Amino acid sequence: MVMSHLKKAGLLLLVTWMPLSHAAEYEIGQQNKSFVNNGQKIEQFKIKAGDTIRFKNHDPFFHNIFSLSELKTFDLGSFPKGDSRTVTFDKKGTVDIECAIHPQMQLKLEVE
Amino acid sequence: MKHPQTHRKNQIGVIAAAALGVSSLFYSPFGGTEEGDQYLRPDIVPAPANNQMTPDRVELGKILFFDPRMSGSNWISCATCHNPALAWSDGLPTAIGVGMKTLPRATPTVLNTAYNRIQMWDGRAPTLEDQATGPIVSPDEMDQNLDDLVKELSAIPGYKELFEKAYPGEGINKQTIGKAIASFERTVVSSEAPFDKWRKGDKNAISESAKRGFTIFEGKANCAACHQGFNFVDNGFHNIGLKKTSDMEDEGRFAHRKVKVLKGAFKTPTLRDIALTAPYMHNGAYRTLEEVVDHYDRGGDAKDNLDPNIKPLNLSAQEKTDLVAFLKTLTGKHTAITVPKLPN
Repeated sequence: MVMSHLKKAGLLLLVTWMPLSHAAEYEIGQQNKSFVNNGQKIEQFKIKAGDTIRFKNHDPFFHNIFSLSELKTFDLGSFPKGDSRTVTFDKKGTVDIECAIHPQMQLKLEVE
Repeated sequence: MKHPQTHRKNQIGVIAAAALGVSSLFYSPFGGTEEGDQYLRPDIVPAPANNQMTPDRVELGKILFFDPRMSGSNWISCATCHNPALAWSDGLPTAIGVGMKTLPRATPTVLNTAYNRIQMWDGRAPTLEDQATGPIVSPDEMDQNLDDLVKELSAIPGYKELFEKAYPGEGINKQTIGKAIASFERTVVSSEAPFDKWRKGDKNAISESAKRGFTIFEGKANCAACHQGFNFVDNGFHNIGLKKTSDMEDEGRFAHRKVKVLKGAFKTPTLRDIALTAPYMHNGAYRTLEEVVDHYDRGGDAKDNLDPNIKPLNLSAQEKTDLVAFLKTLTGKHTAITVPKLPN
């Protein structure tokens, strides 16, 4: 009985501890030539160091997400509707993310 | 076209979004709003908060636009290349600049640049205000030293008065010159075209061939991947696979943003008044709309960094004819313009 309680407590501990130790993945969409999160247009977004962002294209034409910021330089290339690409941000700081094809699409990412 | 329920939904959406501090997303992927027809011209011409349009600002900008004293030679005005009689372009494959030098890119029309979110073929100017002084100082174009220009204009009493009326207390300088020209350029907007009348419900405004062409434009030919909304632009940059027309390597947008997809990419131009702005493409490669449609039907020619939206289309001869018929319905009536008297 005692062991069972202890096991449950241990399991509970494990459950509450796991999310703290695992980096999160967020989806940021490209929709109507804007960056969106949960269906809302965003121009800024905050994550924690080690988190990953999945960039997913919802538009019926290609997007090409990139950043030339010193903190994280990347070029995801062009990808069509339904496709996605992931980037993990390991260092703290600010990253300016854009679509090369549609430069009005700009996102300031704060990595905390 | 307004649907009451849609309108209510949008109102609620906007209020909710405002409460959340986010923008509403109730609009189509091609740039229009659900409330109105995305292909019709918006009621308001956008202008920045620090340069709202006034009659005095527009009048000053118009005078500067037509004044050849804006150039180093006192011989070239903005209107030399952006000629209102030639749909605010020059009718040449590529521009001719100082000393009759042939320049590498075509003169873009001024028409509807007011609605662009980025200016120039390579997007190097973010606003019309920034764009306006670019060709003035370019050694290949108007070749004018800006400090000298300010001195020259300041010595003309008529200009001192005009600037003071338009921009009280701001003086004659690079900023007020750019702001005035931009204010005038914001008045150069497309007039109602047969296509617009059709969108508003006049079934006979365009031919059956043009109606089929519009379906092809949005569908099989996928032109709407880039040519979107009433101005038929995406404010975006694409390498459409044009053959070189000279030995010069023109990297386009890549010169300003070092991202691979932008090598050889240029800004999507408006299709408004397209029947009047031949030759076509950033390098003036094609003389006719038929040649342009053939280019896209082939899926472009130079394919080493081709935009992935561009693919062979396999259009039939009839489909090509229909597409051209549609494109021609985007040209409105000529808007007459009076040439201003230049101040002394």
